[in-house]
Amino acid sequence: MGNEEKQCVCAIIARYRDVPGPLLPILQGIQEEHGHLSEAAMHQVAASLGRPPGEVYSVATFYTLFSTRPRGKYVIRVCENAPCHIKGAPAVIAELEKALDIKAGETTPDGKFSLEFTSCVGICGVAPAIMVNQDVHGNLTPSSIAQVLGQYR
Amino acid sequence: MATVTLNIDGQKVAVELGTTILEAAQLAGINIPTLCYLKDLNVVGACRVCLVEVKGARNLQASCVTPAGEGMEVTTNSPAVRNARRAVLELILSDHPYECLTCIRSTNCELQALAEAFGIRRVRYEGERLQKPLDQSSPSIVRNAEKCVLCRRCAAVCEKVQNVQAIAPQNRGFGTVIAPAFEAGLAAADCVLCGQCTLVCPTGALHEKDDIQKVWDLLSDPAKHVVVQTAPATRVSVGEGMGMPPGSIVTGRLVAALRRLGFDRVFDTDFTADLTIMEEGYELIDRIKTGGVLPMITSCSPGWIKYIEHFYPEFLAHLSTCKSPQQMFGALAKTYYAEKAGIDPADIYVVSIMPCTAKKFEAGRAEMGSSGYPDVDVVLTTRELCRMFKEAGLDFAELPEEEYDAPMGITTGAGLIFGATGGVMEAALRTAYEVITGEPLASLDLEAVRGMEGIKEATVQVGDLPVKVAVAHTLGNARKVMELIRSGQAGYHFVEIMCCPGGCIGGGGQPIPTDLEIRQQRIKAIYTGDAAMTLRKSHENPAVQALYAEFLGHPLGEKSHHLLHTHYVERRRNRDL
Repeated sequence: MGNEEKQCVCAIIARYRDVPGPLLPILQGIQEEHGHLSEAAMHQVAASLGRPPGEVYSVATFYTLFSTRPRGKYVIRVCENAPCHIKGAPAVIAELEKALDIKAGETTPDGKFSLEFTSCVGICGVAPAIMVNQDVHGNLTPSSIAQVLGQYR
Repeated sequence: MATVTLNIDGQKVAVELGTTILEAAQLAGINIPTLCYLKDLNVVGACRVCLVEVKGARNLQASCVTPAGEGMEVTTNSPAVRNARRAVLELILSDHPYECLTCIRSTNCELQALAEAFGIRRVRYEGERLQKPLDQSSPSIVRNAEKCVLCRRCAAVCEKVQNVQAIAPQNRGFGTVIAPAFEAGLAAADCVLCGQCTLVCPTGALHEKDDIQKVWDLLSDPAKHVVVQTAPATRVSVGEGMGMPPGSIVTGRLVAALRRLGFDRVFDTDFTADLTIMEEGYELIDRIKTGGVLPMITSCSPGWIKYIEHFYPEFLAHLSTCKSPQQMFGALAKTYYAEKAGIDPADIYVVSIMPCTAKKFEAGRAEMGSSGYPDVDVVLTTRELCRMFKEAGLDFAELPEEEYDAPMGITTGAGLIFGATGGVMEAALRTAYEVITGEPLASLDLEAVRGMEGIKEATVQVGDLPVKVAVAHTLGNARKVMELIRSGQAGYHFVEIMCCPGGCIGGGGQPIPTDLEIRQQRIKAIYTGDAAMTLRKSHENPAVQALYAEFLGHPLGEKSHHLLHTHYVERRRNRDL
């Protein structure tokens, strides 16, 4: 971890360390600032909170909104729950993988897009759905993917 | 006390309010199968094997987490219950390697036993299987995530009993693994290698590293002089591994069996336990007289040593500099014994039989070879030794009782009680009292430091000095004692800390199962053995006296310092990056 990143992580820890249940907001802050949670950052959080590193990593790997690997500028999250699945998510995923030339869990070489699965995003009415960072896109079909991606390219 | 009355399988059962259905059924003599449940430690309803029918409830209930209610009608054995449990087991098995025949836990696996009890002959579900590399990074424990059923018992013991939290659930859903942070190997974690996780693992997901072949290889080489030492706790547990009831004292049979395996000399770690009392006792007296660091804390338990090195390195000066009895034995086998027997130490190999997985780590520590040779060459846990006995076809229960070899097999009851929590303290006080006051102790049985209570304290008047002592077992209790010492409120002179619940008799290398009741039976056997010994004080051990006269000179002398004492290192890899 570079000095700058270390200081930034320290600042985020300092901001939340005294709130009840500080771990989640600290991890969220680091995630927002750096796009992912590095091992060094998680070690620092564990040491600062006096918690075992396994606990921090446990939380970081449980919630899909956290990533322990560097991610692209735009994170595409595809719902993998049953309603989206039934309404055609597999075909949408296949199209996304084809269009981006990466598999789920990977990031494009230009660092622009990451493709991930997520649990239900709460908009089953417009299934199948994806999120691109904070934007929601619903009623997707393989043929609508190019248009959605075009907005971010 | 408030009670509730419920009906289980047609039987009326009255239980205390708050009792679970599982416990209520046990009280009524009805056995509900469980897998993830571990009394008082892991009550999470994760595996769903203990499902029962509760009249009026929408679906089947996990009996381990459902409190018994007034007027509840419970059925533990109905078609719906059996079908559900079977489906649960089949689902677990669908993500479990079918390697029973070659698994280290074969015939002693809770999942295998359940599959057998439920007559599962075919698994209807087929799907993806978790694929993870075998973690063989540590010298003590092997972690096989593919055999893990995610019951979380290991994580519960590591957190609640040992306060270490080296392993915890990582990831989610199908990808969940119980692993060290960042899914690193155990060797990179703050794991103290106590092996308590291997005692509670229901399957072969966590187990001791198997070093049996190394010992067979040594034994089959006639050029090698192979000596074996047996830890105090092993003689009250090996019997269990060989089909005898818990608490069986099998000292003589153990010696006979080891001879039949082909060891050249069968010696006893109790001998160097007695020696530890001499060295540690004099160290304590020296610290008290010269204003040294107090309290002095025992250093026999390698799990405890690794724990303090990770978590309380600022207190390392409190540790006695004595090596553990295992290491003292090795150092002397390759010097004193080699000289006495006229054997080149390069040809001598020391095998230890230990109740402990951390001893494998201890034997490999860089500091443990001051004689110019590794003190100890191979460490086997009690479980591994039992497998060797079985492989050799020994009819253990029918063996004659034989005596240990001299001189390193001559021992006292004080050495033997090292195997139980409080034993080192009691042995030390028996000797310290007499050495300092020159008078015999009125009663050799120091009941105040015996038993399963987590932290025991006592004050013993030794001459003019009231010596305040404390005894702790489990690292959770060790932490409490360390915090007390940190606070400056403790006022202890001498503290005994053992890593495992009950002391070494409850060690992570002991036969499975090892539960509270079995621990108590082993402890009882230890004190029965002590009471039956002619010599019960370390300083009266004639072989130890001869060792000082012929070789070491005196306690804390130059040779002792070189061979029997050591130093410790700070380890803070995971907390201070």
